[in-house]
Amino acid sequence: MDVDYAQVGLKAGLEIHQQLDTAYKLFCKCKPTLFKEEPEITFLRRLRPTQSELGQIDPAAYFEFQKGTKILYEANNQTSCLVEMDEEPPHELNMEAVEIALTVALMLNSKPIDEIHVMRKTVIDGSNTTGFQRTCIIALGGEIEIKGKKIPIQHVAVEEDAARKMGQEGSIIRYRIDRLGIPLIEIATAPVIYSPEEAKETALAIGRILRATGKVKRGLGTIRQDINISIREGALVEVKGVQELELVSLVVKNEVLRQLNLLKIRDELKNRGLTEEQIKEEFVNVTEIFKGTKCKVLRKAIESGKLVLAVKLPKFAGLLKMELAPNMRLGKEMADRAKFWGRVQGIFHTDELPGYGITPEEVERLRRLVKAQKDDAVVFVADTEENAIDALKAVVKRAKEALKGVPEETRAANPDGSTHYMRPRPGAARMYPETDVPPIRITNEYIEKLRTRLPELPEQKFKRLMEQYKLNRKLANQLMDSEYCELFEEIVRETNVSPTLVAATLTETLKALKRDGVEVWRISDSQLVDIFRMVGNGTIAKEAIPDVIVWLSKNESRTVKDAIESLGLRMLSEEEIKAIIEKIVQENSEFIRKRGAKASFGPLMGIIMRDYRGKVNAERVSEMLKKALERFA
Amino acid sequence: MSQGELQGYKGLVLNALKKAGVKIGDLIRITRNGETYEGILIPRSELGDDEHVVIKLKSGYNIGVRVTPKTKIERIGAGVKPSFAAPSPPSEKPGLPKVTIVSTGGTIASRVDYRTGAVRPALTASDLYSVVPELSEVAVVEADILFSVFSENITPQHWSEMAKHVASYIKKGVDGVVIAHGTDTMGYSAAALSFALQNLPAPVIFVGSQRSADRPSSDAATNLIGAVRAAAYAPFAEVALAMHETISDTTILLHRGTKVRKCHTSRRDTFKSINASPLARVEGEKITMLTENYIKRDKNRKLILKPEFEEKVALIKFHPGLNPAIIDWYVDNGYYGIVLEGTGLGHVGRYCFKSLERAIKKDVLVAMTSQCIWGRINMNVYDQGRDLLALGVIPLEDMLPETALVKMMWVFGQTKDFQEAKRLLKTNIAHEFSDRTLYEELP
Repeated sequence: MDVDYAQVGLKAGLEIHQQLDTAYKLFCKCKPTLFKEEPEITFLRRLRPTQSELGQIDPAAYFEFQKGTKILYEANNQTSCLVEMDEEPPHELNMEAVEIALTVALMLNSKPIDEIHVMRKTVIDGSNTTGFQRTCIIALGGEIEIKGKKIPIQHVAVEEDAARKMGQEGSIIRYRIDRLGIPLIEIATAPVIYSPEEAKETALAIGRILRATGKVKRGLGTIRQDINISIREGALVEVKGVQELELVSLVVKNEVLRQLNLLKIRDELKNRGLTEEQIKEEFVNVTEIFKGTKCKVLRKAIESGKLVLAVKLPKFAGLLKMELAPNMRLGKEMADRAKFWGRVQGIFHTDELPGYGITPEEVERLRRLVKAQKDDAVVFVADTEENAIDALKAVVKRAKEALKGVPEETRAANPDGSTHYMRPRPGAARMYPETDVPPIRITNEYIEKLRTRLPELPEQKFKRLMEQYKLNRKLANQLMDSEYCELFEEIVRETNVSPTLVAATLTETLKALKRDGVEVWRISDSQLVDIFRMVGNGTIAKEAIPDVIVWLSKNESRTVKDAIESLGLRMLSEEEIKAIIEKIVQENSEFIRKRGAKASFGPLMGIIMRDYRGKVNAERVSEMLKKALERFA
Repeated sequence: MSQGELQGYKGLVLNALKKAGVKIGDLIRITRNGETYEGILIPRSELGDDEHVVIKLKSGYNIGVRVTPKTKIERIGAGVKPSFAAPSPPSEKPGLPKVTIVSTGGTIASRVDYRTGAVRPALTASDLYSVVPELSEVAVVEADILFSVFSENITPQHWSEMAKHVASYIKKGVDGVVIAHGTDTMGYSAAALSFALQNLPAPVIFVGSQRSADRPSSDAATNLIGAVRAAAYAPFAEVALAMHETISDTTILLHRGTKVRKCHTSRRDTFKSINASPLARVEGEKITMLTENYIKRDKNRKLILKPEFEEKVALIKFHPGLNPAIIDWYVDNGYYGIVLEGTGLGHVGRYCFKSLERAIKKDVLVAMTSQCIWGRINMNVYDQGRDLLALGVIPLEDMLPETALVKMMWVFGQTKDFQEAKRLLKTNIAHEFSDRTLYEELP
């Protein structure tokens, strides 16, 4: 569907979070790294929604608290101390992080504030052991230019990254606190982005500035974009955790589609004459119907003593399966809500039945039992009574919202650019001062000093890449938007490989491999340098580079040498090539005589390269083959 | 305009704010060199300098704005008065045991004013119920504010007050008393009440928190629920202290008042039973006794109140190079007793002997404990110890130095007679001595 974004009134704002590459975490001297091993320390906590004078309590958090949700934290001694465990007050604010953020702020023309005050932002989903995230504004205002249009920056902040969610077993959510406390910079733009393309351009431009400092972390999960998106008549939806820059425009596109189609559903429901009062929290126990069902999920649930509870959604028939955007349907949104509020595995609805082993007869009986008419839909779940009721209540609530249009909510991005329900939108930010960290004065002298040693601006760097390394515009652009700009210069400095080959490999080749599912992020910088060193000194051919990268991605902690040996990629020696050419010429002597030396060159070169690509230097082979043919003639 | 309305501001900034006629909570605009900042005026920390105004931006963030003589401050709107609509507290369940919560300071329950960052204590029973609704399932709670004192400002006079106050509730027949207390000196207070409240019919439970109650991760609520549960249902009738057993929110340990010590500056499980097993463990609704040697709850037992303490008692930590003139100073200033925190098995340098001999000759009671924290002293092993015994220094076995100090203060509150004081000091009154030292006691 082609959408005129101006006409639908798209407004988007970006909040970019990027991990800073500091020596220590933001409020302690722990290493800002993650661990893969089993945790050495675990502890169990509950977070209580605290009351504020404003009387606001986060509804989702309060609900989880009431349901007795507990959090199991995982830690090891390398990456966490008592600070992350909320067993010791924070130490002083990491000034290295502040300095990087101030540098970024100055590059964005943002105005550093005079005195930094660390705040506590209440977050009680368990991702922070304290129940709040420590955050501070370090600069206000500024702008970034996107194709002649100025996108205002609202603020630049420094904050601590949250713990990583590792899983959930029943009412226990597991978080790992290695990531907690890693310094993040947050850059928030004004909501004046009017197209998906502009959103992407903005994200790319901010990304370039961040990387220009040379002090931001790279790799999976080190940058996360939150996008606020709304359209006219729609609602403000915040999509959290977009990890790939390429996804930014897709997420915006999909969200616009989603909202447009939700508005269509609203209109259709109104056309069908549905009113809110007709959607009722009337749950019917339909366990009896499925006692002998062939549906495995239902049978298993019933056998373990759970019940099947159903609710009628009047006039919803056909709308639950309607595609809102790729991989997004209203039925799935209801399922997401049911999972979140009811802790169920999923829901069944009549738009997708018969199916999953459920027969037409069972559907018929179900419809009869809940008194569903032809244009009604029926949703049912199999779980404990408490969970089933909570789940269906959430489904009913979502159905009522469908009649109103688009609900305001926080959604999370999936890797395919679709999104899923995450939680209701929190109320006004509940912040209060972090009294354990004293305010920090930022002097004019300090800012002036920083100003004199700002890193090269992206546009300057872009020009230099083209002039100094003779890169074409496209490659220079790709390099600027990759994480490898610095590495590129290092490789070119340390090897004698052509800059264009290095740039193309670090951008196009890696991107293509990534698209094919190769986990290129497993390759370390030093391995990449090694690969080019081998190309430079003739150990391997440039054609062999992709194979080496694929091998290394599957064999972590092995060396480039190992890869070359294992893949048999070593280049052939002069003598070996000579022998091969002689053999080919001999075998094809008839052919050469017939066609003549000149006309034979192409086909013979083809044969050699087919068999020895990656092990020989084509130019050298061509030279030697020409000579051999001349001799033969 | 009073200082209170511009809390924390001083000097140049205070004058500028006064001139602008603004007060905390007002919406203000600050203009300097063409730049403007708008936000709510926030109180300033007393330690802050006199050059910055703190405002809360619309986004909720606070920032400090430097004020120069050319900076313009104006009031652009009145602050929104915080209005708090507490969720209606759960109703009391009349059949449940009655527990009185006596507050001495610190905030076991509180709520935050997100507007200014102020933390306000929740002190009435209904406040407590609405902040910690689980309490209504445990007991019928009565809340009482005795004083609001940081725990480091507590003195033996406060112990007397606390003891008398608790006694009045016990006499009224409550099923247990909980005392909310700052953690720093809570161990001392627990020891003090262990001596002052004898023959208890019901438990008296001290409780505190290591993370302030305004944060979602606070240990206050879990500790409080555990303490109230113990006060209401525990089978013992002694003075105990309820705090986290580990850094998890799963179990609460009850430590005996005379055997407990704060052992970590910041951890939730800071309190440890020293040279003794903890009394009991609370896990969910279950209370498990961890020792068989305890005084059982008995409604008919008559409380004996002995709330007097004598402050002229000293605790001296021996260290290499200690100037013995300190001992002389105490003696010359009319002190009744000195508790020594000696090295190892109970020693002090020979260079202190003369002063100690003089003290004892002047009827100053001198007793020995160990700075090792764990273990029992034994002054018979080395010459030095035997010589101290010969001087008349009283060995206090496995008693904690802090408990020994509190006990000696209590002893001299009961009698000024040297021999009687010596007898009382050596009598096991509230499990301050134990006969055996067990392997598991060192964590």
